[in-house]
Amino acid sequence: MERQSRLFSLFIHACALLLAVVILAPVLWLFVMSISSPADLSAKPLNWWPDEIDLSRYAELLSTAQNSAGAAFVASLFNSLTVAGLATVAAIAVAIPSAWAVSRTPSVSWSLYAVIATYMLPPVALAVPLYMGLAHLGLLNNVFGLALVYLTILAPFTTWLLKSGFDSIPREIESAAMIDGARLDQILRLITLPLAAPVMATSALFAFLLAWDEFFYALLFTSDQRAKTLTVAIADLAGGRVSDYGLIATAGVLAALPPVLIGLIMQKALISGLTSGGVKG
Amino acid sequence: MSGTWITTRAWLLMLPLLAVMIAVIGWPLADTVRLSFTDARLVGTEGSFVGVENYAKMLGNSNFLRALVTTTWFAVVSVFAEMVIGVLAALLLNQQFRGRTLLRALMILPWALPTVVNATLWRLIYNPEYGALNAALTQIGLLDGYRSWLGEPGSALTALIVADCWKNFPLVALIALAALQAVPRDITAASLVDGAGPFNRFRFVIMPYLAGPLLVALVLRTIEAFKVFDIIWVMTRGGPANSTRTLSILVYQEAFSFQRAGSGASLALIVTLLVTVLAVAYAALVRKAAGAT
Repeated sequence: MERQSRLFSLFIHACALLLAVVILAPVLWLFVMSISSPADLSAKPLNWWPDEIDLSRYAELLSTAQNSAGAAFVASLFNSLTVAGLATVAAIAVAIPSAWAVSRTPSVSWSLYAVIATYMLPPVALAVPLYMGLAHLGLLNNVFGLALVYLTILAPFTTWLLKSGFDSIPREIESAAMIDGARLDQILRLITLPLAAPVMATSALFAFLLAWDEFFYALLFTSDQRAKTLTVAIADLAGGRVSDYGLIATAGVLAALPPVLIGLIMQKALISGLTSGGVKG
Repeated sequence: MSGTWITTRAWLLMLPLLAVMIAVIGWPLADTVRLSFTDARLVGTEGSFVGVENYAKMLGNSNFLRALVTTTWFAVVSVFAEMVIGVLAALLLNQQFRGRTLLRALMILPWALPTVVNATLWRLIYNPEYGALNAALTQIGLLDGYRSWLGEPGSALTALIVADCWKNFPLVALIALAALQAVPRDITAASLVDGAGPFNRFRFVIMPYLAGPLLVALVLRTIEAFKVFDIIWVMTRGGPANSTRTLSILVYQEAFSFQRAGSGASLALIVTLLVTVLAVAYAALVRKAAGAT
């Protein structure tokens, strides 16, 4: 281990402090806005810390009273959970057999590149026909319709992650079971899938976060409380005539909470997924 | 078991995925191509065949050229800044200091924040009347009066780029840090003994380990930045005076605001082609880099 000079160590600590401030300041400010009174937020000079902590907006947004801001927010929260949950389950279900097949059959591995290539497609290239198709099926402004559309993003993505997960499970274990007379479904169910459980969980979390984050399709294909997701609800708040910025900030904090908690708890798994599997889109 | 059976079995196992991909990607893409040669409206008229008229109209349109320039500028500047700041942050996080574990953990925060929440947060920070940026700069004495950062064509795009960088540089940093940790200790130690200065050490000892992962991050980020929609829609909707209108925003306006499905589709395919060129260049670069090491 090299010995650091005192000056260099001081420099490193100063830089680390700067980086911490850059990362934390905007996030903390979002939180402070959510607990400051409207008067504090519009004061000049600005009150950087509220005189009194005001939690009323959390209560307001999470209330389910008829026609309140809360009713719309809670509805969009449930829509986001439903759409992201449905799309994740469907994506993992179609990705498992194909990822395994690609992992174990080199002769078809080129098909994986075709699948990954679709991930590069800009959503605008699919949006118009998807809109017309959903309208034709009566699935506009519908959580099932939106979840179906989210498969355009989640299905290639999870297949890609799961394939690299299956690659790291030795084929010899499967061959041994086959020699012992196990059928393919038994091998998958009893041996491969349990071994792949961690990577399946990581892939599912990634997929869920992607769907939770999605905005473009949700903006196009949903129009009211029946299907509007959280991201659209927040964009509505930010772009609308809401005069209380604290309310917008509170909605932001609540929407950020699940992915931030997942991110902090799952940090190790997420980073190894990021570095091996690529980058979240 | 015979090879043909194994291949057949693989295709059978892929059937569900292929069916889904054809339904939600293959068919829409093909239909976008068909629509791009028609004058179809989003709702109502089916439209009739008009040949390459849409393409000619879009390519000759000054709005398209301006959006292309805006998009390229956004992508190049934000990705370049994210790479430089990301690598610097990774080098820092690889040093010894108190609170290193905590700071590494905090890097996940901007990445985990949903894109729309990030855009909303920065929109509030840039607010012309009550925003934190105006307040902070005025209180320090760097600014005389409050400014409308997102409301002036001169500063809006830069303000967007800052917001995008803040969200994305930590990801580059985490990828670079993972690569740095793979540099064997004895190699850096040996280079120290050999008397290599900090710059030469970075260039010749560390960079070979960083190049591969960074290249992947670079090109994926570039493609993402080229497709940018969410952050711009939430913060400026392409304004003021169309100064932040990128290609995706332009397609949205053409196809959905003006409901011109035909010309919107042709514009979307032009964007797709540009992204494809980027992606192919990416594949070539990565293959070349893989061959070099």
